[in-house]
Amino acid sequence: MPVTIRVTVNGDERVAEVAPRDLLVHTLRDELGLTGTHIGCDTSSCGACTVHLDGEAVKSCTVLSVQADGHEVTTIEGLAGADGELHPLQQGFWEQHGVQCGFCTPGMIMAAADLLARNPNPTEEEIRHGLEGNLCRCTGYHNIVKAVQHAAAVQAPAEVTA
Amino acid sequence: MIPAGFDYVRPQSLEDAISALAEGGEDARPLAGGHSLLPLMKLRFAAPSLLVDLQSLPGLSGVQRENGTLRVGALTRHAELQEAGLGVISETAHKIADQQVRNRGTIGGSLAHGDPASDWPTLLLTYEGSVTVQGPDGQRVIAAADLFEDYLTTSVRHGEIVTEARLPTLDGFGGAYEKFARRAEDWAMVGVLAVVKESDGVVEDVRIGLTHMASTPLRARAAEQALKGKPLDAESIAAAAEHAAEGTDPPADLNATGEYKRHLARVLTRRALMRAAGIEG
Amino acid sequence: MTSVGTPLKRKEDPRLITGRGNYTDDMALPGMLHAAFVRSDEAHARITVDATGAREHEGILAVFTGEDIDVAAPMPMAWVPPGIEVNTPERWPLARGEVNHVGDPIALVLGRSRAEVADAVGDVIVAYDVLPVVTDPEVALESGSPLVHEALGTNRSHEWSLGGGDIDAGFAAADVVIERRIVNPRIAGAPIEPRSAIADFRAGELTLWSSTQVPHFVRLFMAIVLGTSEDKVRVIAPDVGGGFGAKLQFCAEEVAVSWASRKLGRPVKWTETRADHMATCHHGRDQIAYVRMGATRDGKITALHVKIIADFGAYFGMLTPTIPSLGAFVMTGVYDIPAVKTDIVGAFTNKCMTDAVRGAGRPEATHLIEVCIDQLAAELDIDRLELRRRNFIAADSFPHEVAYGVVYDSGNYQGTLDRLLEHFDHGAFIEEQARLREHGVYRGVGFSTYTEICGLAPSRVTGPEGFGLQTGLWESAVVRVHPTGAVTVFTGTSGHGQGHDTVFAQIAADRLGVSPEVVEVVHGDTGTGPMGLGTYGSRSMAVGGESIARAAERVAEKAKRIVAHQLEAAPEDIEVAEGTFRVRGTDKGMALAEISGIAHVRPELLPDGMEPALEEHAFYDPENFVFPFGAHACEVEVDVETGKVTVRSYAAVDDCGNPINPMLIDGQVHGGITHGIGQALYEHIAYNDAGQLVTGTLVDYALATAAEVPSFVTDRTVTPSPVNSLGVKGIGEAGTIASSAAVVNAVIDALRPLGVSYIDMPCTPLRVWTAIQEARP
Repeated sequence: MPVTIRVTVNGDERVAEVAPRDLLVHTLRDELGLTGTHIGCDTSSCGACTVHLDGEAVKSCTVLSVQADGHEVTTIEGLAGADGELHPLQQGFWEQHGVQCGFCTPGMIMAAADLLARNPNPTEEEIRHGLEGNLCRCTGYHNIVKAVQHAAAVQAPAEVTA
Repeated sequence: MIPAGFDYVRPQSLEDAISALAEGGEDARPLAGGHSLLPLMKLRFAAPSLLVDLQSLPGLSGVQRENGTLRVGALTRHAELQEAGLGVISETAHKIADQQVRNRGTIGGSLAHGDPASDWPTLLLTYEGSVTVQGPDGQRVIAAADLFEDYLTTSVRHGEIVTEARLPTLDGFGGAYEKFARRAEDWAMVGVLAVVKESDGVVEDVRIGLTHMASTPLRARAAEQALKGKPLDAESIAAAAEHAAEGTDPPADLNATGEYKRHLARVLTRRALMRAAGIEG
Repeated sequence: MTSVGTPLKRKEDPRLITGRGNYTDDMALPGMLHAAFVRSDEAHARITVDATGAREHEGILAVFTGEDIDVAAPMPMAWVPPGIEVNTPERWPLARGEVNHVGDPIALVLGRSRAEVADAVGDVIVAYDVLPVVTDPEVALESGSPLVHEALGTNRSHEWSLGGGDIDAGFAAADVVIERRIVNPRIAGAPIEPRSAIADFRAGELTLWSSTQVPHFVRLFMAIVLGTSEDKVRVIAPDVGGGFGAKLQFCAEEVAVSWASRKLGRPVKWTETRADHMATCHHGRDQIAYVRMGATRDGKITALHVKIIADFGAYFGMLTPTIPSLGAFVMTGVYDIPAVKTDIVGAFTNKCMTDAVRGAGRPEATHLIEVCIDQLAAELDIDRLELRRRNFIAADSFPHEVAYGVVYDSGNYQGTLDRLLEHFDHGAFIEEQARLREHGVYRGVGFSTYTEICGLAPSRVTGPEGFGLQTGLWESAVVRVHPTGAVTVFTGTSGHGQGHDTVFAQIAADRLGVSPEVVEVVHGDTGTGPMGLGTYGSRSMAVGGESIARAAERVAEKAKRIVAHQLEAAPEDIEVAEGTFRVRGTDKGMALAEISGIAHVRPELLPDGMEPALEEHAFYDPENFVFPFGAHACEVEVDVETGKVTVRSYAAVDDCGNPINPMLIDGQVHGGITHGIGQALYEHIAYNDAGQLVTGTLVDYALATAAEVPSFVTDRTVTPSPVNSLGVKGIGEAGTIASSAAVVNAVIDALRPLGVSYIDMPCTPLRVWTAIQEARP
């Protein structure tokens, strides 16, 4: 039995007809065309599907679309400014070569955004543990850590003034 | 990996949720954060006919302190507890899986699920806490010792909903959770949660819980007995820890033999007690 | 202002960091059907299939089984070594009557939606008549073992040897011979993007979008298997989310969905689940090596004999039986050993097939050499680094022909080791190690000094008359300058994360006097540009990059002739400098846009007889392989009570010749090291005796997360390769090839005081703890 859900996705209210069993990641990708969120495993292990639900990072493969009804979702497509200005994390991943194949990248960036929201000045160890829910096979994480540090440094002045 | 089909309701009150579960029949299941149930459903190890989403039920989230008891709403997410400054409770929350999982998973869901490799059951058992459940026949309280019956099997009956976990504040206790896993995000290969209280130079009370040493969480009673009344020092702790695996027969898997897990239980018990006692190891 | 050698930020990143990549599963075509495969639950059985229930399922359009898929040829294997018989089991896109490993595809279910297809898979009833199972390759080779393929009459696939020098004399000259059985366990490539394909067969032509490293191979083999010709098949690899060898394959599933698209006249998409990937995408490694290494008392290695038993699983993929041989090509490592012999025996077992995974044969060889050097050092009581130094091939002896005839192009092994020791203070470590041991803290350092063979490949060496591959391994490039001066480079390589868009643009840009910004690189599409051979074996720069350099040089030569004609100078006086083609010693010159404008718009202004336009191609078949090398140091701490190993630090000095983009080189090294650390400590594809896969998810198959690895220290020395004009080698696999031995040697170093002298990978807590218990007096 299809259910109509209303979800604010990247600031826009979206209405979708879903089946109760539809996973949020499938609705985002297949119904809403937001294919930046990826699927890399079946077991909530890889984090490629990480999006923000009401501002917190979640694995959208382990959230039913119907659970998101009435909530706010932010995906990688919604992270940059409306004028296209890259988010500090996006800048960091580019500047520090935190991207290789790019498949884990959106989930990694969304997880890192949650991390920096909780802890604007993380140590390397805190970054590494903060990203333990996201797998990358290309980068060895070295430059991902640097990318997050880059973003933290960029964001820090803003944190102070805010 | 897509779950088999099911119906879904999101009741606005506990009464409606209980009715929905009753009407849904034996294959209806409550849904909290979904981080125990949905992974099973995706692998089609579970195929409920109806999910009753508890997210809109009022008053089931958050922590209240009341006469030496912490009342933790069943829908309280691991992430909230991780940041709640609750000592070993927060430490345990922080050691669950990864941040995304902690942002969704709930203490009530985890306790109702009863996975012996998960962390909250051990904590509840060690704290000698309880869960409150609400069902068609009203409310009842299940002590931790009566909750975990077997692998993924708890005494929460079909149609009942866990509404809160009650944990004693354990004032004056020190505590630590030693979780051993291959990788930081993994389930515990073995975990040991220890809380200890010293009085007049000796151990007045000590409780030790074991994760993933059986089909349910266990208490390391022999080790507790061995430490009680002894000075809280490295020597007593080491001696007591040697008893940590007594009576256990943990199942082997690819990464651990039973013998190895019993060894880990002893090592981790010593470490947890040392840390709980604030002794430099 | 040359671009080569600078850490240019990647051109491909803006789309990838904003969620605008385009991976195969991101696409949908009108009328597209979804595909899923029914897979064997048993490791070995005769099967009968009843798909009636599934066919009646809501939303299901068709279910096909093995015999339905009437392709023209079985799945191909590309190796026919001269003079050697290779027993090759027949393999079809779907099993025909018998399954030989868990996950073997049995039926293809096609329907309107992913969910409906997933539902219907469960309604295909497979009756299994279970047959005996063999999972251990050594058992499989014993007479009387259950046969994986009855028709072959044996589980032995083939035997193959490579050697040189007098091995008997070498061992006779040895004062000490160490022997060691080394198991290199089975691992998964495990890219984070699962395999995916969309087949669209219409009007007699197939377009296949595939998450592959080798679109041109897929096109060729698809044409053969479907019984059509290559011009009727176009294969497109869009953004590909990592490969690591797992996508260096011609997949049965791609054939099945392509066949089904032709049959049903609808586009068909297949995206595997992670469970499918773990069970059915080819695995890597899984070799048992019996190593004998002989040396004189003063530490000169006199002979090396390695017998490898390679577990190929149930079938051959495209290159399966060649993989251990790739290791034999570098079996002497960085050492000057007068007599070396590698004997390989291949075995079939009831497991998923093996094939290339990052490094492919070379990590296995390097691991055993580098572990055994440490074993020998302990036996001789000679410092591990000193023993290495005494046996290094001397820097002044390149090109160096090793005992079995392979010619190493260039090297300076002492140089990379010396540089490494600038980053890792070995003396201070040893002091600290001794101090900490007194407090029960066990730290160790492991080294790995390696070379690898890459830049696949000189076709005369690897081709039918040589090693026996039934293909050339050259590469192609087209450099096209558009009328306004924009440049498009077509390459036959197929990047999947390496940064080809950026580095290839850098190479072309310098030769054409433009910014890399205006150079677009097109790869991964057989419908554009000439045939190529794909990306694997660290070949893209040394073979693909060289092709681009050559094509760009040809464009530049033509441009110079045009400029010379316009400016009334001699072509040899035209140089590319400061963004223009200018007359040397003057400020007269023309930008590429002007030159291209003339070539396209004003061809009457061209020199007499010159063809219009500005586009050249190159096909490059290298004269030799290239041999990157380096020295790695890994520092670990072992919790001896639990057996848990923590990597504390890791330093790597690699030499891949001239760096094109040093930032990207470091990135490749980081990922490679982590892959090797993963193999050394965490990753293991495990089957039980019944042939059931027990590591079928990313919960059980433990990939290292950020929390398991440290930041790395990386550095380079530069020893250009004489093989190509760029002077480049390769770097995609180096980290993986070098690192597993460094980690394991470190673990052993930490535990030697406890009597532990060897541990097989992965050094899990259980294994390490068990080794410590067993070593107790």
